[in-house]
Amino acid sequence: MKKLNRRTKVLLLTILMTVILIAFYAFAVLIPESAVASSFLNAKLPPSWEHPFGTDALGRDLLMRTFKGMAVSMTVGIVASGISAVLAVFIGIAAATGSKRVDAVISWIIDLVMGIPHTVLIILISFALGRGLKGLLVGVAATHWCSLARLIRGEVLQLRSQQYVAVSRRLGKSSGWILVHHLLPHLVPQFFVGLVLMFPHAILHEASISFLGYGLPPEQPAIGIILAESMKYISAGMWWPAVFPGLTLVLIVLLVDRLGDNLRMVIDPYNAQE
Amino acid sequence: MKQKNETLLEIHDLSVSFRMYDGGLEQKELQVISDLHLTVRPGEIVAVAGSSGSGKSLLASAILGILPSNATVRGHLHYKGQQLTPEIQSRLRGREIALVPQSVAFLDPLMKVGKQVDGHKKPYPTEKRRGLFKRFALPEKTESLYPFQLSGGMARRVLVSTALISDAELIIADEPTPGMSLDQALEALQMFREMADAGKAVILITHDIDLAFEFADRVAVFYAGTTVETAPAADFRKGADALRHPYSKALWRALPQNGFQPIDGFQPYAGELPKGCLFAPRCPHATEECRCQIPPIRETGDGEVRCFHAS
Amino acid sequence: MRLEAKNVSFRYDRRQPWVLENTNLSIESGERLALFAPSGYGKTTLAMLLAGYLEPTRGEVLLDGKNLPKKGVCPVQLIYQHPEKAINPRWRLKKVLEESGEMREEVLDAFGIERAWLDRFPRELSGGELQRFCVARALMSGADFLICDEISTMLDVITQAQIWNVVLDEAKNRNMGIIAVTHNKHLANRIADRVYDLSKQEYL
Repeated sequence: MKKLNRRTKVLLLTILMTVILIAFYAFAVLIPESAVASSFLNAKLPPSWEHPFGTDALGRDLLMRTFKGMAVSMTVGIVASGISAVLAVFIGIAAATGSKRVDAVISWIIDLVMGIPHTVLIILISFALGRGLKGLLVGVAATHWCSLARLIRGEVLQLRSQQYVAVSRRLGKSSGWILVHHLLPHLVPQFFVGLVLMFPHAILHEASISFLGYGLPPEQPAIGIILAESMKYISAGMWWPAVFPGLTLVLIVLLVDRLGDNLRMVIDPYNAQE
Repeated sequence: MKQKNETLLEIHDLSVSFRMYDGGLEQKELQVISDLHLTVRPGEIVAVAGSSGSGKSLLASAILGILPSNATVRGHLHYKGQQLTPEIQSRLRGREIALVPQSVAFLDPLMKVGKQVDGHKKPYPTEKRRGLFKRFALPEKTESLYPFQLSGGMARRVLVSTALISDAELIIADEPTPGMSLDQALEALQMFREMADAGKAVILITHDIDLAFEFADRVAVFYAGTTVETAPAADFRKGADALRHPYSKALWRALPQNGFQPIDGFQPYAGELPKGCLFAPRCPHATEECRCQIPPIRETGDGEVRCFHAS
Repeated sequence: MRLEAKNVSFRYDRRQPWVLENTNLSIESGERLALFAPSGYGKTTLAMLLAGYLEPTRGEVLLDGKNLPKKGVCPVQLIYQHPEKAINPRWRLKKVLEESGEMREEVLDAFGIERAWLDRFPRELSGGELQRFCVARALMSGADFLICDEISTMLDVITQAQIWNVVLDEAKNRNMGIIAVTHNKHLANRIADRVYDLSKQEYL
C-alpha cells in the first residue's frame, strides 16, 4: 500500500473527527424521552453492562442522560460561537476600516471584555436576561468574540496595507469592492478556524454556568446540570454520576479543539511542505 | 591573478529535486537543478549568472548542506577531492566554507554586531575582527551596535566580515549587490577580488551580470537549473561572438548597453522541462537532435558548453 | 497632457526628517524620463507621489494643472519593483488582468503571456512572468502616464529587455508619458530621452 503523506493523514483525521462529532450529536438528539425515564427500582446503580455509566438518584440511565446533556450543551455551543464569530468578523472589520476613533473605542471594549473574567460576565448577562436559554446564549455569545475580532482586525489592517490593495484603489475600485474581492477571501479560513476553536470554550462556559445554577433550568438537562446534581451524592460514595459525564465533556471538548488545530494545518499554506 | 590547477570544489551531474504537493493531496517530485556542472579553483572568483528560477541560490544551499528536508540531492559534490556528505558539510560550514548572506535579515536582531561576527570560536577572535572592521572602514563603535542600527552599506561590510573571519577557503556570496548604489557595489566586489587574490575561492551568485564580467575570472551561466556555459569573464567582455552558448549570447545582447535585444519565450518551469536541450524551444539554431536529446557538457577552448552546435 | 510635481516636499510625520524637499519635475505626453539616484534619495516616494499613492506634505502634483483624481481609474499608473507583492496571492491571474477593465489580446501577445497562465495562481509563476502581468494590467487600464519604479531590477536581462521593449512600443503608439525609476545608468540611457539625477536635482 502506498504510504500516506502528512497532508492526507491530517485531512483523513479531520474528516474522521467531524464524522464522530456529528454522529455523537445526531445519536443524542434521536434518543427518545423514554430512555431517560425515571425508575425508582433502578435508582443509584453503579456502572454495569446494562447501565455502563450507572444510574442516578431517580434511576435514570446516566449514559443516555449524558448523551442528551451533551446534545443540549453542544447546541448552545454551536449557536453561541456561531453568533460570536459573525460578531467578531463585523467588529474586526469595523475596527480596521473605520476611523481612528472607532478603532480606539472597539479596542477599548475588547480590552474591557477580555479583562473581566468570562464566567463572571456571563453570569451577570444571563442573570440580567432572566437566566434560561436566552440569557445563557447571549452571555456566551457576547463574551467569546474578542480574540477572533482582534485577529481579524490585525489581518485586515495588514491586508489593507498591501500593495495590491493600493493598486486596486488606483484602478478605480471602491472600498466595498475591495472588501469583497480582496479582503474577504483571506478572512474565510480565519473565520472557520476561529469558529471551531471558539466552540470548546463556549461548551465549557455553558457547562460551568449551568453547573453553578445560573444557566439552564433543571428541566433542560444540560451536562452542567447533571454534574451539579451529582455533587449532592458524591459524599455518599456515588462517584459515577460525576466521573462519566465529566469525562465525556472533556473528551468532546478535546476532540473539537484538535479538530480546530488540524483544520488550521490543512488551511495554512506555510505548513504545507514536508 | 594567480591560478593554480588543483580544484577546490568540483560539482558534476548535480540534481536537486523537491517533494511538493501538487494542488490537492498528490505529491510529486519537482526537479529544480539537473546535471549541473561547476568547478572552482583557489584564487579565483567564479560568477554564477542566470535568471531567477535558474537554480543559483539553491546551489549555495546544496553546497552548504542547508536545503530544506523535502529536498533530494544526487550527483557529485567534491570538496578538496572528498565527497561532501551531510556530516562533512556541517563540519565545514562556517569554518572552511562560508556564506555571505543576502541581507541583514540573516543576522540575529538581538545580538551586538561584534559578538555575532566573532561567532562561537574560542578564544574570541576579537583582535582579528577589529582588524577587519578597520580595513573595511567601519568605525570602532560598530561592534557594539545592533543590526538595525547599521546603514545598508555598513551591513554589507559586516556580512562580508562574518565570512572573512572564519579563514574560510571557499566563500559563497549570494546576490551581494542588489539595492546598493554603483559605488557600494563596486566596493563590495573589490573586497571579493582582494579575497580571491589572497588565495581564497569565491562563488559570486548574481544577476547583475555586467558587474560580474568586470570582477570575476570565470562566469558560469545557468539556465533552468543547469549550466549551459562556463567561460572566462574576458570572453563576456569581448562580446557575443566570443561566447559559445546561444543563451549566453542572448544574455549579452539583451544588456541595455549592448543592443537591448530580447529573445522570445520564457525559461521553462520545473516539472515542465522540455525533453531535450532545455534551451531548445527558444533557440534559433535548434535541430531535431536538440529537441530529443540533452546535449552533454563539453570543453571548447578555455570554457565548457552544453550545446551540440557550439564551436 | 502634462504631469508635473511643483515644489513637492514629503515626510511621513512631523517628527520625521524630510524624504523629499522642494522637488520639481515635469513631463509631457509621449516623453520618457528616467529618474536616477542612489538609494536613500526618495525615488520610490516620488514615484508614489506622482501616481497619487501618497499626498505631498507641501507642494502639489498636477495633471494638466489639476490635482490627480481621487476616485475612478487614475490616469497615472504605478508599477512596483516586486510583482509578487502587487498581486493578490489568492487570485487567479485572469482576475488580476480583469481588474483593470477590458482584456486586450494584443497586449497579452506582445508580452508573450501564455493563455494557460491565466488560470494559474501567482505562486506558480516566476517573478518575470508576474511582472508582465503587472505591466499589462497598468497598460490595459488606459493610463496616460506610467511610473515604473525599478520594475526590472529583480529580473534577468532578457526578461528586462522583453518587458521594456513592449512598454516603449505601447508608449509610442499611444503617446503615453513614462517615468522610469532606476539605478542602472545604461538602462536609463537606453529607455529615456532625459535622465534626471535626484541626488543633484539636475538633468544629466
